Amino acid sequence: MTNNELIEKLKGIIAPYIQDEAAFENLNEDTDFVKDLKINSANLVDIILDIEDEFDIRLENEDMEKMLDVKSAMAIVNAKLDA
Amino acid sequence: MNPEQIISLLPYQNPFLFVDGINQISEDGIKGHYTFKPDEFFYEGHFKNNPITPGVILTECMAQIGLVCLGIYLIKDELNSENQPQIALTSNQVDFYLTVLPGEKVTVTSEKEVFRFNKLKCKVKMLNEKGELIARGLISGMMKA
Repeated sequence: MTNNELIEKLKGIIAPYIQDEAAFENLNEDTDFVKDLKINSANLVDIILDIEDEFDIRLENEDMEKMLDVKSAMAIVNAKLDA
Repeated sequence: MNPEQIISLLPYQNPFLFVDGINQISEDGIKGHYTFKPDEFFYEGHFKNNPITPGVILTECMAQIGLVCLGIYLIKDELNSENQPQIALTSNQVDFYLTVLPGEKVTVTSEKEVFRFNKLKCKVKMLNEKGELIARGLISGMMKA
């Protein structure tokens, strides 16, 4: 999967939970889930669970702690898919 | 952990504690009850000269029993005198079918749907003494020690 394909998939997963529309339209690798998209802690968990389903991977607490922005989400998904 | 211990760990008190007892509890779910006293504070205003338990209070009762009591049980091994339960309601979607009048006893049952990364999501139902459905819905919250 290319980086663009991965970002598009993540965008689809994140879309239902964002609060800041403008930040979402400009989403890029540096977009922060909490600071930019204003996603709350419970919805961050929903995103993690949806990522698990979409990519058929299992995420742990340490992955959750690292998953602060789009870049880190991409890195974690790629690492799990390669494992 | 027994029902009395769970109730004593709840961060609520009169007039906003809506749990009288817990009948059953396990890792998968909980059943508890509450009787709305005729002199609850909200009956004076809801409604004018026509006391009916507000839906938000029914939701609160469902959340206190179905989410918070169950959540305390699920994190019981992490609790101690320094680590008390920390809770936050994060979403609820509840449908209402019957009214609850002053003095009525309600029973709340809750089934755990998911508890991961501190988020607890439950399918919660409230029944009256005749076993009729008062309300049901999905309630979620964050729960940690």
